[in-house]
Amino acid sequence: MSATEEPTKLYAAREPVFPKRVSGTFRNLKWIVMIITLGIYYVTPWIRWDRGPALPDQAVLIDMANRRFFFFWIEIWPHEFYFVAGLLIMAGLGLFLFTSALGRVWCGYSCPQTVWTDLFFAVERWIEGDRNARLRLWKADWDTKKIRLRITKYLAWLLIAIATGGAWVFYFADAPTLLVDLVTGQAPFIAYSTIGILTATTFVFGGFMREQVCIYMCPWPRIQAAMMDEHTITVAYRDWRGEPRGKGKAREDLGDCIDCNACVNVCPVGIDIRDGQQLECITCALCIDACDDIMAKVGKERGLIDYLALTDEENERAGNEKVNIWKHIFRPRTILYTTLWSAIGVALVVLLFIRSEIDVTVAPVRNPQFVTMSDGAIRNTYDLRLRNMSHSDTTFHISLTSDEVLQVGLEGTELLTVDVPADTLHLQRVYVIARPGTDAADGDRTDFRFWVEDLQSDARTFQDTTFIGRDVQ
Amino acid sequence: MSDDKNQHPEEQILMEGDPDTTGHVWDGIKEFNNPLPRWWLWTFYATCAWGLLYTILYPAWPLLDRATPGILGYSTRAIVAEDIAEFDAMNAPIREQIEQVELAAITPADNPDLYNYAIQGGSAIFATWCSQCHGSGAAGAVGYPNLLDDDWLWGGSIDEIHYTISHGIRNEDDPSAHYSEMTAFDEILSDEEIASVVQYVLNISGQEHDATLAGAGETVYLDNCASCHLDDGSGDRFLGAPNLTDAIWLYGGDEAALEETVRYSRFGVMPPWSADASGAGRLSEAEVRSVSVYVHSLGGGE
Repeated sequence: MSATEEPTKLYAAREPVFPKRVSGTFRNLKWIVMIITLGIYYVTPWIRWDRGPALPDQAVLIDMANRRFFFFWIEIWPHEFYFVAGLLIMAGLGLFLFTSALGRVWCGYSCPQTVWTDLFFAVERWIEGDRNARLRLWKADWDTKKIRLRITKYLAWLLIAIATGGAWVFYFADAPTLLVDLVTGQAPFIAYSTIGILTATTFVFGGFMREQVCIYMCPWPRIQAAMMDEHTITVAYRDWRGEPRGKGKAREDLGDCIDCNACVNVCPVGIDIRDGQQLECITCALCIDACDDIMAKVGKERGLIDYLALTDEENERAGNEKVNIWKHIFRPRTILYTTLWSAIGVALVVLLFIRSEIDVTVAPVRNPQFVTMSDGAIRNTYDLRLRNMSHSDTTFHISLTSDEVLQVGLEGTELLTVDVPADTLHLQRVYVIARPGTDAADGDRTDFRFWVEDLQSDARTFQDTTFIGRDVQ
Repeated sequence: MSDDKNQHPEEQILMEGDPDTTGHVWDGIKEFNNPLPRWWLWTFYATCAWGLLYTILYPAWPLLDRATPGILGYSTRAIVAEDIAEFDAMNAPIREQIEQVELAAITPADNPDLYNYAIQGGSAIFATWCSQCHGSGAAGAVGYPNLLDDDWLWGGSIDEIHYTISHGIRNEDDPSAHYSEMTAFDEILSDEEIASVVQYVLNISGQEHDATLAGAGETVYLDNCASCHLDDGSGDRFLGAPNLTDAIWLYGGDEAALEETVRYSRFGVMPPWSADASGAGRLSEAEVRSVSVYVHSLGGGE
């Protein structure tokens, strides 16, 4: 039993982290990912896409008021929400795939928390200097220099945070119009409050909470543990090669690790990777860059800290050949995830191409189930939602096919056609009548099929439904 | 099998340099006793402070007959009242229009906005004031007319529907209400005459009947009933006298129901709804007009 002499403290203050600048392969990769992800985030709402006069010309727009999602040439209506569900499933499977193959690669490279924290680190380094300068500044008394640097840094962070919160709302309204409205104070309250909240979270999470978000707030590190196995690639230290660590020229009894602490100094979460795998590690691989740099300087082989699988440890400790990294990545599990991921992707693309520009849903009015007319005929009522998803006005013709004799009529018109303007949904009440004495009128249930034909494009679609007769059970 | 390793696993697993542990071990997994972050504690205190402040500012603590009101005077009921007033003000112009435009012109083609407003508002008014008797789907019940079919006692044009809703039927509150009263023939006709006229009505409505009795019933019908229901039994909307030849029956069309109607008569009452026209109703003219348009749109409107 570990009997402690002193009572353990229940709470501890955060230890500030001052990551040192580093350069190398993975740092470059992280810069590229940052530029691409931030670029997509900030620029996308400003891309224009001509859809004609009646529709917004914003390439990517979530139009809440009109319940439409625009994505370049694709337009999603609410009844096509399964596309979004499909994309979410793909995102889930994608995370499974990447986690089982490459561990917390999402956390290390593309998680918004990581990307924005990285950006805030870059700004901090640019204003206050590298690790040692920042450490000194942190310990220094508050003088004019410290106040000036801090204010500059916070202002720079605040600008990024406002831009981040601001970019978000542009996805939900016409960006140029909204920007003018925002500046002139004409924008809706929800726009300002959303920007305010996102600005605050960006500022606090990127500037102050940082690794605390990953360690204490994010559920993903816990979930990921269940998806990793002994072949998953993570960042690890080859202790069989590095230990016993030590400084100095006399290295006969020492391993390759010169205990320079370069890996610790660059770590954005403030851990020592040489202690083994830890919950805090987001596998950003900056320690690999830092160590490779040192190994090159002391003339040793790179990779004392490297992307390794758990099985590599046993294998290499036994002195066997290194296993090629692709052998870890290609295994039944990751291939299965890839197959499922691709299958859903292909299915979504196929669905996208075969979907019709017209659509109908039929809601039978069952209160009451049927109406007896004065001549003894039986009438059923149906609410048809006719969707014209094309960009031109059209006329829908409504008819039905059935084994029984049924007549169809529309509320408000003698005709069997109804005009539906471009990009709109029209609710049409439709009556279906069975003459007295027919099987449909005197029987129980009769199945039939509503046909809706677009008279402009000749596209047709149908919905099956049921007619209820007077003898309904 | 007495192996020390199995009996005291934690002794084996704890290593030099490990952080403090809680002493809990499951399958070799130790629970470290790491301190929680201090900001977490502050967050907890902040939520406590927020909770306290909230209960002071807003209605919160339950008392015997109400809750503490809170010093901001916040009330969801007052907000709803404000919202209603706001929407009433927004709808005022369209209500005014509905009162001015001719009823027959409130159609999807001529006045789509007015029509839409009337249908939406009318369906809410119907659910509130009409559905108790006519049913939520307007299919009626025995004694309460079905408003979906093509048979109307007092007329099914939009103006006739509007008049009926405004003034009601056989009520004592509105002198302009539709009025008619069928005679109860229990004391007037003999049992044979009543039986024969019932068979006659079964005949003209196309139902199974006794041909001999029905033949005799024709004379009884022409002498007693035709003045209101007309010679051919097609009824008279001016008197609210139902068509006896069709398939729709307000009180039932079988022999027993018909006999009861003939003997004791029927006297269905509908209240007046217009506050403007009769002074006895609950609905404004715009509301009466909206619900008229709604009823007219249900599939039977003429």
